[in-house]
Amino acid sequence: MSQIHVTTKINGDETEFLCEPEDTLLDVLRDRLGLTGAKEGCGTGDCGACSVTVDDRLVCSCLMLGAEAEGREIATIEGMADGEVLHPLQRKFIEHAALQCGICTPGILVAAKSLLENNPDPSEEEARYWLAGNLCRCTGYDKIIRAVMDAAAEMRGEIANDPDDSLRRAS
Amino acid sequence: MRYEAPQSVDTAVALLAEAAGSAHVLAGGTDLLVRLRSGHIEPELVVDIKRIEGMRAIVEEDGGWRIGAGVPSAELGEHAGVRGAWPGVVEAAGLIGSTQIQGRATLAGNLCNASPAADSVPAMVAAGATARIAGPGGTRDVAVEDIPTGPGRTSLRPGEFVASIYLPAPAPRSGDAYLRFIPRTEMDIAVVGCGVALTLDEGGTCIAARVSLGAVAAKVLLVGKAAAALVGTAVDDTALAALSAACSEACSPIDDKRGTVAFRTHVAGVLAERAARIALSRAKG
Amino acid sequence: MALDKQAETAKRQFKVVGTRPNRPDGIDKVTGRARFGADAVAPGMLTGRVLRSPHAHARIVKIDASRAAALSGVKAVVTRADFPEPPAHVADVLDNCMAGAKALYDGHAVAAVAAVSPAVARRALKLIEVEYEVLAHVTDVDEAMQPGAPVLHEGRTDETVPEGFSGNVISRCEFGHGDIEAGLAKADRVVERSFRTAATHQGYIEPHACLAQMGPDGQADLWCCTQGHYMVRNTCAAILGMEVGQLRVTASEIGGGFGGKTTVFLEPVALMLSKKAGRPVKMVMSREEVLRASGPTASTSIDVRIGMTKDGRITAGDAVLRYQGGAYPGSPVGMGSMSAFAPYDLENVRTVGFDVVSNRPKQAAYRAPGAPMAAFAVESVIDELAKSLGLDPLDVRIRNAAVEGTKSSYGPTYPAIGAKATFEAAKAHPHWSAPLGENQGRGVACGFWFNFGGDTCVTLNVNLDGTVSVSEGNPDIGGSRASMSMMAAEELGIPYEQVRTIIADTGSLGQNEVTDGSRVTFAVGLATIEAARQAIRVMCARAAKIWGIDEDAVVWEDGAAKPAGPNAGQFPPMSLAEIAAVASNTGGPIAGHCEVNAEGAGVSFATHIVDTEVDPETGAVKILRYTVIQDAGKAVHPDYVEGQFQGGAVQGIGWALNEEYIYGEDGRLQNPGFLDYRVPVASDLPMIDTVILEIPNPGHPYGVRGVGETSIVPPLAAVANAVSAAAGVRLTDLPMSPPKVQAAIQAARG
Repeated sequence: MSQIHVTTKINGDETEFLCEPEDTLLDVLRDRLGLTGAKEGCGTGDCGACSVTVDDRLVCSCLMLGAEAEGREIATIEGMADGEVLHPLQRKFIEHAALQCGICTPGILVAAKSLLENNPDPSEEEARYWLAGNLCRCTGYDKIIRAVMDAAAEMRGEIANDPDDSLRRAS
Repeated sequence: MRYEAPQSVDTAVALLAEAAGSAHVLAGGTDLLVRLRSGHIEPELVVDIKRIEGMRAIVEEDGGWRIGAGVPSAELGEHAGVRGAWPGVVEAAGLIGSTQIQGRATLAGNLCNASPAADSVPAMVAAGATARIAGPGGTRDVAVEDIPTGPGRTSLRPGEFVASIYLPAPAPRSGDAYLRFIPRTEMDIAVVGCGVALTLDEGGTCIAARVSLGAVAAKVLLVGKAAAALVGTAVDDTALAALSAACSEACSPIDDKRGTVAFRTHVAGVLAERAARIALSRAKG
Repeated sequence: MALDKQAETAKRQFKVVGTRPNRPDGIDKVTGRARFGADAVAPGMLTGRVLRSPHAHARIVKIDASRAAALSGVKAVVTRADFPEPPAHVADVLDNCMAGAKALYDGHAVAAVAAVSPAVARRALKLIEVEYEVLAHVTDVDEAMQPGAPVLHEGRTDETVPEGFSGNVISRCEFGHGDIEAGLAKADRVVERSFRTAATHQGYIEPHACLAQMGPDGQADLWCCTQGHYMVRNTCAAILGMEVGQLRVTASEIGGGFGGKTTVFLEPVALMLSKKAGRPVKMVMSREEVLRASGPTASTSIDVRIGMTKDGRITAGDAVLRYQGGAYPGSPVGMGSMSAFAPYDLENVRTVGFDVVSNRPKQAAYRAPGAPMAAFAVESVIDELAKSLGLDPLDVRIRNAAVEGTKSSYGPTYPAIGAKATFEAAKAHPHWSAPLGENQGRGVACGFWFNFGGDTCVTLNVNLDGTVSVSEGNPDIGGSRASMSMMAAEELGIPYEQVRTIIADTGSLGQNEVTDGSRVTFAVGLATIEAARQAIRVMCARAAKIWGIDEDAVVWEDGAAKPAGPNAGQFPPMSLAEIAAVASNTGGPIAGHCEVNAEGAGVSFATHIVDTEVDPETGAVKILRYTVIQDAGKAVHPDYVEGQFQGGAVQGIGWALNEEYIYGEDGRLQNPGFLDYRVPVASDLPMIDTVILEIPNPGHPYGVRGVGETSIVPPLAAVANAVSAAAGVRLTDLPMSPPKVQAAIQAARG
């Protein structure tokens, strides 16, 4: 057994770790660095629960070796909020009840953030296709899509596009 | 397992050639890691080629585009030049798995994984793409359709790997398209895939065509008879019906969890016609 | 216990119930901090892994684990020989967790190891030598019933089963009333059809996971993702021969269950490994293991006969249902048989069900277990009859709707129910009359579910600063902590934000039933309300003491005790916070609690409308529009009620269109992954519109009915009716995957 020494940046912090050659980035995050926000739902890239970005590119951390992270910049769900201030997507997911069990939520938030960085004004269809690799079994996706669209509108500086919604939230 | 990330082609070739046990090339890793984690392969060596200069580059060459073996399909989709020249190839690459998969999956990897159902391969075959192979004997260029030899098998020799894919300059009045059939709207392996590239003369007559089918045989097919059905025609309904029939006739699929022989044979013809219509409209600009 | 049967429920003005506050676990879940099953660690923790049978049916001749045990880093190996002889009620559960004499399905556990790393555990599994005598197998329900089929268990058939079946037919059930043949004779038209549905999986995104520690003193702690940690405790204790009180189980956050986490798979094995190794053992299933070896649904074969007059009255309904539930007895055919005709008021109705075993993993509950398949068959035939007689399918359902006083098809007489209300709301919904385009079709179907109550405990503590802590024992799978806090706040008259609800471990409360049967908002809610009322009685007594008046002269209003009645005197109200602050001086801490077997769960009905478009050349089906109309009794948190409606509908869409267990000739599962076990993805779907009806359940203080399960009952039939309309041919075999739809269209059009 010869472990590999890797230097990387995770959520903006310089990070070093040792890993086995066959360890995935997800193994490293969860088991070596204690960052358990990314989940292993399938281990084959089919569910998206392990989504992270690597050099701003959305990937499944279960399909990348930990060793490949050398010199890269990784962003995970743990780095999404700014201190105690939630990212608008995080806030909108809670407000829209866009999660039930919550296991897919970290991956979907990371993927949705990547969507809005690439396309600040997505159509519903674009959002649905971008997120097609993130399985959610609880919600039927309805409230997730609404939360993403509402967060996008807010981030663009527009007023919430659903007047019923803002009214009922105020109650 | 040993992990190496060489900085040069020569080092990579030497590592692959000298490996005692099984050695695998790691580009996007979206197939390799699945097989590794499931225990289907137990490599002695994995060679990550993405740190070799040029592997992450898309470069214009003789009016065409050379795409490094480490370029993920998401980057391909963002490249206006390639998208303009070969929209069908870019769309095919954009169908491989999810957004996350496209952040990693490469054309070269999709080719070398040698699945008969690989989405980008029929599109590349229709486009007349070539693969540049690096190996102990230097480099050689091979037509994409000659790389896979059967499910999971390629014509690559020991120590060789695909370093880049070359998409030639499209002729004037050309268009390409790729369509696949899957049960859902995303995330499935193609039950049938079809790539069509065609070129028209100034009068609108088809003067060249390449038609390719995926998931209907042990490897991706280049269907000459289907192309012949288009050449010399205005790609009218009669020609499209002949194309469709030729494609169905070329199929020798299997019954499996993704589709039946009858279904695949039928849908190959349906998709060929639909893809040809898109290619035609693109050729007409 | 006597809870108020509040006739005035419908008129009650709620302050908290019915609003949409943020859930208390929201921030943990959007920041990645929430701890799910696989997120726990313990000092010195080992990795546990399971060796599984590659054969569908095989006698286990010999297991030699000596080479595995000798591998450096391996700390324990477990086979069935390590477990004591189990009590009868958990014998099948243990045999499913760790095979005894035979491996009964592809993926059946035969041995397990605990090692210092996943890599060592993987290597160790390869060193275990199992000698199998491979036996003939059967996975299809109709084939399994035939005389001469390979038999899984000898001597398990009970006295209800007539002659002429194989030993795989375990039991027969029958429900109904009236005279079927006489009813059919009065019909203007009779339609008789056979249906099949494939086995599906709940598809929760979180694989099963647990962390077990068991010491030589017999005390053990278990952390796991489950729908019922009390069930886990009781089952594991019985299997391991432990005293229940020695095992403490803590439920992690749970990443979906839908019924699939209502039993144990890894937990007894992890405890045994930990016992032998003397160290904590963590086990996590891979997705492949989840699909091969957890608890999918039954696959079914159903025959239905229904007669109808030309004005749409159903004269008789008759069904035979055959459910294979995997390798052990206990398919949900009974509930399928009971629910098949439940939405209708019928003079003549009969359902006969057969429970069948086959060489597949033992089925577990899946959201309204047994009902969706039965509804698929019955609602398809009703649709066909209505259309062939030129009648509106919703008019036919309104005409035959079960109402208050109807003797149900499964026996009981209904109290106030919402079946007819959902039909009428569907008929009035703009979706029902919207135009359709070419190759498009609309379908409608109804669904019924019982809903359950059961053993429930809640403790409600009033803290010194006037905040309230609620402890309950049911894992929160979709926001129930918010609902409990809301009901406590409503009853106490304090803001929602002042209540925090937690899920207590098994040492902290008495027995709680599993989070299943759509019981939590109903039963735990009922217990929470009663616990709050008890705390209110205590607080009123404290105020009376302070004021020096009679306890009966104090009432609780708007979160405060107030003197009331002729002799009460004039005192300013004392708020909950004011009473709490001086509790120490008035008798000590203030709490309320409730331990109850909750009865009075109200049945629930839903009607779904769906539009589909079919590509006639490829058989591809697109869902264009979907509307769910369901009776919630009273929606405590409407967002999460809507979420249950939407989630169930989409799971049903998956069942209808693409999800299926595919077995090869060798009896092995062909698609054990999310690549080829095709659950719906975001781009497959439109928004799912919802209409919440509120016909109060007389058995709950606020009128609450369970809402979690009913929503998966109608979609199979609704989608089938829509696809059949779009394709111009009746589809009777689920899933309606593109090859099947295309072949049916081709056959129909010649």
